[in-house]
Amino acid sequence: MNLTLLGPVAAPVAGALLAAVLPRRVAAWTSLLAAVGVLAGGLALAARTGPGATLADGLLRADALTAWLVVAVGAVATVACWAGVHHLADLAHRGDLTAGAARRYLVLVQAFLACMTVAVMAANVGLFWVAVEATTIVTAFLVGHQRTRASVEAAWKYVVLCSIGVGIALLGTICVYAAAIAAGPTPAGGLEALNWSYLNRHAAQLDPGLMRLAAGLILLGFGAKAGLVPMHAWLPDAHSQAPAPVSALMSGVLLSVAFYGILRYKSIIDAALGPAYVRTLLLVAGLGSLALAALLLVGQRDYKRLLAYSSIEHMGLIALGTAIGGRLALAAVLLHILGHGLAKAVAFCGAGHLLHQVGSPLITAVRGALTRTPATAGLFGLAVVALLGLPPFALFASEITLARAGFAAGLGAVVTAAFLLVLVAFAAIARHAAGMLLGSAATPSVSPASPPDPASPVPAADPVPPRPPAAAPAPRLGLRWLPLALGLLTAAGLGIWLGPLQPLLDSAALVAAEGIR
Amino acid sequence: MHGATWVEQIFNLACGLLLLTAVGALWRRETSALIPILAVQGGALTVIAVLLASGHPDATEAMVVAAVVGLLKVVIIPLLLRRVRRLVRNARETRPLVNVATSLLAAAGLCLLAYAAARPLVAVAETPTARATPVGLSLVLIGFFLAATRHRAISQIVGLLLIDNGIAATAFLATDGVPLIVELGVCADLVLAVLVLQVLTARMVHTFGDGDLDDLRELHD
Repeated sequence: MNLTLLGPVAAPVAGALLAAVLPRRVAAWTSLLAAVGVLAGGLALAARTGPGATLADGLLRADALTAWLVVAVGAVATVACWAGVHHLADLAHRGDLTAGAARRYLVLVQAFLACMTVAVMAANVGLFWVAVEATTIVTAFLVGHQRTRASVEAAWKYVVLCSIGVGIALLGTICVYAAAIAAGPTPAGGLEALNWSYLNRHAAQLDPGLMRLAAGLILLGFGAKAGLVPMHAWLPDAHSQAPAPVSALMSGVLLSVAFYGILRYKSIIDAALGPAYVRTLLLVAGLGSLALAALLLVGQRDYKRLLAYSSIEHMGLIALGTAIGGRLALAAVLLHILGHGLAKAVAFCGAGHLLHQVGSPLITAVRGALTRTPATAGLFGLAVVALLGLPPFALFASEITLARAGFAAGLGAVVTAAFLLVLVAFAAIARHAAGMLLGSAATPSVSPASPPDPASPVPAADPVPPRPPAAAPAPRLGLRWLPLALGLLTAAGLGIWLGPLQPLLDSAALVAAEGIR
Repeated sequence: MHGATWVEQIFNLACGLLLLTAVGALWRRETSALIPILAVQGGALTVIAVLLASGHPDATEAMVVAAVVGLLKVVIIPLLLRRVRRLVRNARETRPLVNVATSLLAAAGLCLLAYAAARPLVAVAETPTARATPVGLSLVLIGFFLAATRHRAISQIVGLLLIDNGIAATAFLATDGVPLIVELGVCADLVLAVLVLQVLTARMVHTFGDGDLDDLRELHD
């Protein structure tokens, strides 16, 4: 077995096994090591997969697009697992952590990472499907970890909606399989007919009528898991209820890993049907997601839900860029995936620290955080700035490139509409974030600003009574700012200079735009 | 199927049973009745898998797939569902969102829709069994309908399982079954998903005191 191919999968599997036996503190640091292993594995893949070069062995396969996604998973996982070390320490400090809960958390997070790397490295659409569905299963208990009403509800909706959504994608996969075996005999058996490379090579022979059905099912199914409208309803609940480092992984890379399936399928479907069909579907999903996110961001009251809706917004932009197509737009999409992953991971981890210090998820409960906890709040604020798409962060570069590619492709009206919606979202997020960070710290009380209205769902339903800060003295800051700062620095660095990643991005965009040749 | 009419008859009977059990799941309000209905449906699916395996180019692999499907849908899933059922004391669908008579009408409409949607699949696959593919899609659509209109946690799980049976039936009828390794992965995912839902149902009963999904309205904007 090829070690370069095996590395990114083996690192989190080893991490999960070690987390099951090692004591909590050591296991937490080991999980960070495993995440760094995934990142290193991704970079090793990048070095071995130039333009047109691929590695394949058994069920695993890697080209430049795979390497880019593994790098994204590894980078976000490094931030999230490092923050996870402090997250567990905080819980233990508060007395909220049993040894079993800590072990379960660490094992599940590593299993989650392993599922994501298997998904992006799968040679086979069937295995990709299995890995994506497995991510839902391993994260279900992470979402529902608190066992409160809200938490159980979020986990239930998450499992049911995502399983049904991904089930639709399985039906689409079966349609593709039926089209592939009808297109000609496969010398190496039925499994070969499901390989990404086989489907790409034989895309022109696939039956157009059947591929039309398959394309709709696949876009709807993996779109559900990627948080795109119309099957997004689970996302804000699940991402707001999960522990902050898990939210970081789910928002930062899981959505992109699901979308990776759509990216790969697009070149196959385009070759069978022409580019108009998928483009139209993706434009509808992208604009719909942007509109919904903008609408619900304006009146948002919970800051973790604010970040969750921002993820729907960014997935909408990614869908838009994929709809535009071509190397320029897809390079922007891939840069957006990495930049959004890092910024969102830092934002969620920062929000986790805020939640820990303030004890309430309400935006109105956090006032003047910059004066009270300057380091945490400052990093959270900078991450929000990055998410808003301001320079020097990577999302600025990717959004500008995306707009340019859209106008060049003759989709000026759509791109204008999309960026107007982005502007609405920008204003909403900026207003909420300014309220949280700026202002005087003297009045953290919620009651005068917003009287607890029994009819209003969010505050009344909050099952965890807001923990007064005095009851849980915040542990010393220590080095918990370090992973967040590193994530932000990387996101800013990528916006200015891609350096050695530039050739990887170019070849990955080529694979995404033109498929495997 | 070389003119052996009894094979064809059993095949047709199994396809009919698939559809009948799906409609039966909509018809019965007592959630305890859903478990034997699903077991019978799993049995019908297994029969189809075994019949197809006998004519499959790689018969051993296809037989293993059929055995796995049978074990899963006739033994393991009903067992897990019985454990879910034990968690919830009173689990009758007292007031489904759509009443039973309308549900049955909707099922008829969904079957028609399935026949329309399955046309490209039937057209492409060359096997005579592919003509029964609309049955699989009908199961999927009826499963959606069940999951969307019922209030009980266990009903929603059954809806999910109907969808899965429908997808499996479509795979067998249109393509003679997906490759073994993919089928194994899909089955493993299904068992784990039902296990996760069982644990979540237990937590729901613990925190809400009931398995009624109407209580799930803490989170919205």
